[in-house]
Amino acid sequence: MSVNLAQETVSYAPAEGALSSFWLLIALPLVSAALLLLLGRRADRWGHFLGCLSVGVAFVLGLVYFFTLRGLEESSAELTLFSFMPVSELQVDVNLLYDPLSSVFVLLITGVGFLIHVYSIGYMAHDPGRRRFFAYLNLFVAAMLLLVLGGNYVMTFIGWEGVGLASYLLIAFWYDRPAAATAGKKAFLMNRVGDVGFLLAIFLMFATLGSVDFEDVFNGVPTLSEGTVLAIGLLLLLGACGKSGQFPLQAWLPDAMEGPTPVSALIHAATMVTAGVYLIARSHEIFSANETAQTVVVSVGAITLLIGCIIGCAKDDIKRVLAYSTVSQIGYMFLAVGLGGAAYALGIMHLLTHGFFKAGLFLGAGSVMHGMNDQTNIRRFGGLFRYMPITAVTFGLGYLAIIGIPPLAGYFSKDPIIAAAFARHGWTGWLFGGIALLGAGLTAFYMTRLFVLTFLGPKRWTEDITHPHESPATMTVPMILLAIGSVASGFLLSLGLVDYLTPSLGPETEVEHGPLSHLTVTLLTVGVSVIGAALAYLLFRRGTALEEQPARSPLVRAARANLYADTFNETVFELPGRLLTRALVYFDNRGIDGLVNGLAAGIGGGSSRLRRLQTGFVRSYALTILSGALVVTAALMAVTFGS
Amino acid sequence: MADVTTGEQIVFWILAPVALGGAIGMVAARNAVHSALFLVCTMLSLGVFYVVQAGAFIGVVQVIVYTGAIMMLFLFVLMLVGRDASDSLIEVLRGQRMAAIVLGIGFAGLTATGLARGLGEVETEGLEAVNAVGNVPAIAAELFTHYVFAFEITSALLITAALGAMVLAHIERRKGERLTQRERSRARFAPGNYPAPKAGPGVFATSDSVATPALLPDRTIAERSLTDVVRIRELTAAEARPKGTDRR
Amino acid sequence: MTPTYYLVLSAALFTIGAVGVLIRRNAIVVFMCVELMLNAVNLSLVTFSRTTGTLDGQIMAFFVMVVAAAEVVIGLAIIMSIYRTRRSASVDDANLLKY
Repeated sequence: MSVNLAQETVSYAPAEGALSSFWLLIALPLVSAALLLLLGRRADRWGHFLGCLSVGVAFVLGLVYFFTLRGLEESSAELTLFSFMPVSELQVDVNLLYDPLSSVFVLLITGVGFLIHVYSIGYMAHDPGRRRFFAYLNLFVAAMLLLVLGGNYVMTFIGWEGVGLASYLLIAFWYDRPAAATAGKKAFLMNRVGDVGFLLAIFLMFATLGSVDFEDVFNGVPTLSEGTVLAIGLLLLLGACGKSGQFPLQAWLPDAMEGPTPVSALIHAATMVTAGVYLIARSHEIFSANETAQTVVVSVGAITLLIGCIIGCAKDDIKRVLAYSTVSQIGYMFLAVGLGGAAYALGIMHLLTHGFFKAGLFLGAGSVMHGMNDQTNIRRFGGLFRYMPITAVTFGLGYLAIIGIPPLAGYFSKDPIIAAAFARHGWTGWLFGGIALLGAGLTAFYMTRLFVLTFLGPKRWTEDITHPHESPATMTVPMILLAIGSVASGFLLSLGLVDYLTPSLGPETEVEHGPLSHLTVTLLTVGVSVIGAALAYLLFRRGTALEEQPARSPLVRAARANLYADTFNETVFELPGRLLTRALVYFDNRGIDGLVNGLAAGIGGGSSRLRRLQTGFVRSYALTILSGALVVTAALMAVTFGS
Repeated sequence: MADVTTGEQIVFWILAPVALGGAIGMVAARNAVHSALFLVCTMLSLGVFYVVQAGAFIGVVQVIVYTGAIMMLFLFVLMLVGRDASDSLIEVLRGQRMAAIVLGIGFAGLTATGLARGLGEVETEGLEAVNAVGNVPAIAAELFTHYVFAFEITSALLITAALGAMVLAHIERRKGERLTQRERSRARFAPGNYPAPKAGPGVFATSDSVATPALLPDRTIAERSLTDVVRIRELTAAEARPKGTDRR
Repeated sequence: MTPTYYLVLSAALFTIGAVGVLIRRNAIVVFMCVELMLNAVNLSLVTFSRTTGTLDGQIMAFFVMVVAAAEVVIGLAIIMSIYRTRRSASVDDANLLKY
């Protein structure tokens, strides 16, 4: 694919050679999932190995394709498998697109996915539903790969729905726990809101451009009116917000932590929740064409970033803190892709590094829980460094990476985003830059709190925990690998990713320097992070209260209540819906049923009165006959003699 | 055109009240047998009317079939069924009698008026020409030419009716229910049964009523000579008083 | 006087028969009333025969008599069998077919 300037056309080269088989990437995990689900208990003993194998092979294939693509001049490969919806005007093929953007996602999904699969072998060792778990994970990987490899919006949408399904199945994996079942439903429903937006965007594209292929849509954008582009952009953004847990649809993501921890790591930290970022980056032609849409994206990112940080400071559940941290980090990514230009690549880069360190953090949290009888309250941890050193070190590296300490991964990906935010023209640059900077400080604060309360300080364990232990090798090895990724990926990616992504995301434009130089911003960011971290260390190094203390300030209360997002949803959406349902039920019972029943009762009552005429006496009937005869005779005579 | 002769007028004015009186009497009579006899009166009058109206054959058939056969059948059934409460004229359905009479008068008035108005000026053809060969041959000629199919079908109807009556009136007795002669004899001479005939009621110079019991040689009354139905007893004054149940 | 008088008499007899059907309860008497109605019709048929100068009316009356005979046979048999099972010849007693 070659994208030059907006005026030039977008075209994808057909897949040739080794790349003509890249559909295998999707097929392998899909077949594995189908086998695991269909074979049932017969696959219990070896199912998890098959699950890991399929994703591992997919990762190797992804590497092969990656290097094949690097060798190509066109650096894109399009593959049309078969016709999907040949309906007159609407011609949708099953076509796949492999280009630099897809390729990095493929590597992230299969790579991190493989590590988490391996980790799951240990984590789910004692769970009777392990085979089912691996089947769902494979299903997820297949759907996610379809999402990023889809060559048109319908294919992407199918993958989009597939990951939604897999996410639902995995959040509610322990469906016998009411909290998990409810969380799964909540995730599904809130995703549905976003999906409707995505779907409407596809409809709008078809209505205005007559096609849903990436190629046709991107080439057709200049012909569209500004309003249409804005509408498509905002609808896509709604879809992205739903999938990525962005404001105002962020409430489902923390609840999704009810699922098993590997799921949280893979789906709700590293891959699926970044699908929104992928969608916006993939549709950059649309967003770049409309500044209002970009501003909205940036605003959503900034608001979410702050929300995630503030709530993250107030939570005590280790996975929920990480979940709000995810919300906040994806806010950074949205901020980046909303800024446009070179920042697209920065957003993708942060996505990749975040995939490493957040997956590592989640696996670390899972490891802690594994050793602590599934305890999740960080107030009851403390002093674990000595008992699980590998977990602590890998977790610590992920923690340092996320708060952006150089030279770890977060530094290389987050700082440029903040710099780019400051570089936005006018006062908005100061606003968004300031928010991003504040977010960095808050991130440092709550992540330090999390780390200190968990691994340092005095023990505050519950009575049933006597000696926590380090996790088995299947769990620690992936954590170590991910920790290495957290350390090294930032530097490595900063070397060449932006250039590599150019064919997908447009040429790199020089990041303009705003009022502050890049160096100033970097110093500021690192400084703010260090201050935040130091503050948290000082506050929490001696531990904290065992129970949640009554909050004094309204901000803390609000943060503990998720900034009232759930309350808002309940009041604004759930309550009217419930009232409407109740009114409809009442109307149905009293109005429609009343009409029907009343009619029936009226006829029934009338009949039972009328039936008294049936006396059973022949003579009464004969009397009736005689009166009838009389009437007939009278009528005859009136007709005959009347005139 | 055949005029109505004076003789016919006299017959009409005598027999029409008889027919009407018979009809009303039939409806009003308390006893079903009386009703049947009143109806016979009416039917005989109608038979005479038929003969007067140049329908000798149909008049005779009326007398033979209706008064002779059908009414006798009625009386026969009446005898079989006997009198019962249904003979009473007390009306149990509220308003039935009043409504029936009002409707009846209305119906009669309407029909009679209609007939009178509709046929008052119609010329009467008379049957002299048709009956020139005699009434019976004329009817026969008509019946066995034009109406031969209807006539034949009538025979089927009559046979069906006869079969139907047999089916309805027939009582099927199962074999075990009928006592054989041997069983009857055994029952007669079984212990506890008196095998000789019962003594007949007394036949004396002063009375030969079935209600008079026979006397045994010691001049006591032979209980067995009296039926259970006829008991000698005095009616009390209350019992003898008219009950007024038959009148309204 | 014209033959129309016979027709008026016929109407009167018919009505009396009808009223009898309505007010009598003994099935046999009711049946006799029906016979009276048939006879009234016969009278009018014979009168019509005279008025039109053809024998069709008389033949029709003849058929009515045949049908009436058949009807009486069946009707009385029915009354007999009802009486045998119910010990009653009242039309009011046969009133099971009701609400």
